[in-house]
Amino acid sequence: MFDVRPVDTDYVRHRAAQFRAQVERRLDGSLTEDEFRPLRLMNGVYLQLHAYMLRIAIPYGTINPDQMRMLAHLAEAHDKGYGHWTTRQNIQFNWPKLVEIPDMLDKLASVGMHAIQTSGNTIRNVTTDAFAGAAADEYLDPRPYAELLRSWSTDHAEFQFLPRKFKIAITGAAKDRALVQAHDIGLRLIQKDGQTGFEVWVGGGLGRTPMLGKVIRDFLPEADLLAYIEAIISTYNLSGRRDNKYKARIKITVHERGLDVFKAEVEEEFANRRRDFHGADREALAIFKDRFAAPAFRNAPTDGYEAERAKNGAFRSWTDTNLHPHKVDGYASVIVTFKTHGETPGDASADQMRLLADLAEQYGHADLRVTHDQNVVLPHVHKSDLPAIYAALQKAGLAVANAGLTSDIIACPGMDYCALATARSIPIAQEIATHFKNNGLEDEIGKLNIRISGCINACGHHHLGHIGILGLDRAGVENYQITLGGDGYDIPAIGERAGAGFPYDQVVPAVDRLLRAYLEVRADASERFIDAYRRLGPAPFKAALYPEPAHA
Amino acid sequence: MSKAFVPTAAKPGVITANDLREGHNVWMCEDGWTADPARATLFEDEAIADLALLKAVGQSNLVVGPYLVEARRGPNGPEPTHFREAFRQRGPSNYFHGIQTVKQAVTQTEASNV
Repeated sequence: MFDVRPVDTDYVRHRAAQFRAQVERRLDGSLTEDEFRPLRLMNGVYLQLHAYMLRIAIPYGTINPDQMRMLAHLAEAHDKGYGHWTTRQNIQFNWPKLVEIPDMLDKLASVGMHAIQTSGNTIRNVTTDAFAGAAADEYLDPRPYAELLRSWSTDHAEFQFLPRKFKIAITGAAKDRALVQAHDIGLRLIQKDGQTGFEVWVGGGLGRTPMLGKVIRDFLPEADLLAYIEAIISTYNLSGRRDNKYKARIKITVHERGLDVFKAEVEEEFANRRRDFHGADREALAIFKDRFAAPAFRNAPTDGYEAERAKNGAFRSWTDTNLHPHKVDGYASVIVTFKTHGETPGDASADQMRLLADLAEQYGHADLRVTHDQNVVLPHVHKSDLPAIYAALQKAGLAVANAGLTSDIIACPGMDYCALATARSIPIAQEIATHFKNNGLEDEIGKLNIRISGCINACGHHHLGHIGILGLDRAGVENYQITLGGDGYDIPAIGERAGAGFPYDQVVPAVDRLLRAYLEVRADASERFIDAYRRLGPAPFKAALYPEPAHA
Repeated sequence: MSKAFVPTAAKPGVITANDLREGHNVWMCEDGWTADPARATLFEDEAIADLALLKAVGQSNLVVGPYLVEARRGPNGPEPTHFREAFRQRGPSNYFHGIQTVKQAVTQTEASNV
């Protein structure tokens, strides 16, 4: 049964102390690696291709300036001066030493952060819209519900050894920027007959068997959230397959058993579970709603912003691409892209982290969000402050006007870091971004979503890219499959494989042919690549990817 | 991966793992473990390699996840045959981090000693 943890910090300090003792026992030989591995994974510690990796939870991507500064400190004191934003709104450090990780966890605990349930077959970080609480198209702020789910799922005794990892996403906006259909459970906040509740999706996921979720409940009243989610996961916990790791996700359970059968089991379990919830969850939700109350927005003129736009073309260009509409007049959400052409997507240096912390404090109501597309958002910025923010970002190399463009690529770490990867992702992303900057086509191409994964586990969400790139090992050589037509946002769709894969050095030329073909066939400049693909089908794009050989 | 790899004279192999305390890649060599893959012992015989792998597994206080993987003879020592092992021996391609920095330091030291 759910209870509110009064002081999370005590709990994470306790867990950090536990892990310190576990590391000591591993080093003195009291624990074998087989015994230690699940313990380190429960604390976000992986062993990767070159080193240990520590994945730190950033619940629903929300982080405050002090926490951001702590990440900067960890990057400098225990890593190589940078961290990597992940596609699930977390951060990873690629080079920590096992013997130093207990110190890192102690430091994280001092600012209320941890790495609990960032790995293992548990309920992982609950993700949401990076513009939560700010977006103009938002019906209701999803963060109090995300926090309720986080609080309930942390150390939930029943769900520590699920058949497989479990991911929940929630959105409260008209446009789904949380990818709810690509999650084990997806929640959309809706209103019905004046009552707030959720449309509940189940069984979505990417990986080797990509599937979009299905609606298991058209409307779930707000008060029943935890009881119903608990019913879904407990049903899956019993009926999910444990005989085959690759068939253990809930998407396979729902697919094999059928939605109707699974739903009937869930509803029966829900009726039982509901009796155990006596209101503590609703009290907690009320507390969380207060905690996420909107900041004190100010009413001020935006003349300076408009004047700067008129006289500074670079600033205008940046505000055209890197702002998101805010629900309050005079405000905007700022997207700080970590996609500078030629740099590693999603890597942030310690200095850049500190700058974001300072900007959030000075101009952004002390609020920062890590986005699933590996950028950072200042959700609440008054437009009059945008020129100053832009100038500061420019000095740090972070004022690139490319949000949502060709170079705003999502890429997993791939075989440059990941032990599971079958090919590299990062250099492919770097080369695509540089190529389309150098040939001057990026602005002309406009909105485009390229996503790259270095193996079929699909951490780079390649299935949801307008153009998806999947790196594989084909007979000891890196080979890249291209998928087309995927979409995570407007009309969720799994991309279709275009044809045979390309060797490493042929990927950029192939994407170049593809995008030049798009420029030829699009109706006009307002028709995005994905829109043209939907209108025309794959034929002209496949023809560009696989041109007929010239015959003599 | 190549854990089931069986070395022969025609297709020799090396034993590699990660350092327990720090996590970096290491290779079994004559006097223990080294971060320099060129110093790795090249195994050409299945039985000898199996015994060495058993020894490596027994050194879990030093290394994690030892395995035997194909390598070829090179002018300066064993070389990788698969790109995954080549990346493990070089480090990431996006930064000059990892083993490549160690190699550079060794090269510079050797150069300064000439």
